[in-house]
Amino acid sequence: MGRWNVSVDRGRAWGWAVIYRGQTGQWAQLLHRITGLGVVLFLLLHILDTALLGFGPGIYDTVVAWYHLPWVLVIEVFLAAAVIYHAINGIRVTIIDFWDKGSLHQEAIFWIGVVVFFVLLLPTAYFMLVPVFR
Amino acid sequence: MIYEASARSRARNGNFELWSWLFMRVSGIILLLMVLLHFAIMHVTTPPEDVNYAWVAGRYATSGWRIYDIVVLFLGLIHGLNGVRVVSDDLIHSRGWRVVVVAVLYVVAFLFLVIGAQVILSFQPVAGS
Repeated sequence: MGRWNVSVDRGRAWGWAVIYRGQTGQWAQLLHRITGLGVVLFLLLHILDTALLGFGPGIYDTVVAWYHLPWVLVIEVFLAAAVIYHAINGIRVTIIDFWDKGSLHQEAIFWIGVVVFFVLLLPTAYFMLVPVFR
Repeated sequence: MIYEASARSRARNGNFELWSWLFMRVSGIILLLMVLLHFAIMHVTTPPEDVNYAWVAGRYATSGWRIYDIVVLFLGLIHGLNGVRVVSDDLIHSRGWRVVVVAVLYVVAFLFLVIGAQVILSFQPVAGS
């Protein structure tokens, strides 16, 4: 547990993360990292599936059809949620970095971001899931 | 302990972390617009079952979308893998393993940029598709 000695003053160790009294910024940051890692893993996969274009229509169409399976579309909604969350939280962080009063309003900016997240995600999820119920 | 290490690395790397920080914000804003438009086209305005080889062939018939995709590929991959580097700097406490991770990230970045760029730039649809 020695590796956590430094952190324990500021918060408590929670598995591999450190909780800084668990306020919104802490969770926003943790989610930012999880969604970022998820999106970059998908990007690597997406580069590989796109590279199949070079092997002709047979292979490419077979593999890309997997993205249209209903249960994969449901996973893609989570991808959309990750991208939208990461984008909005990135703007929140950028505002806090560049606006001199940003840090004073960081919690308000967080909740505005939560609203924008659902405003963007809900219609996107609806349109993405329409083919599942067709 | 963590903070001493990052202070040392700032001194060693000059302005690298400053440029990294600025790049993440600038590329992030550009990616926000470009990736959300990409996502909207692929999942909302185009029925998913329409996306196939022939559809891509039509999309890549002119160079506009190829340039778009190249920009997203480079900004997205470098933004994403640099993010992995920042996270690994925080979570991996052994300097040796951090060096290993960064080396792997450089190799992955190079390989995937080459794979992605070559297919976007050189794709010619097979006749009759």
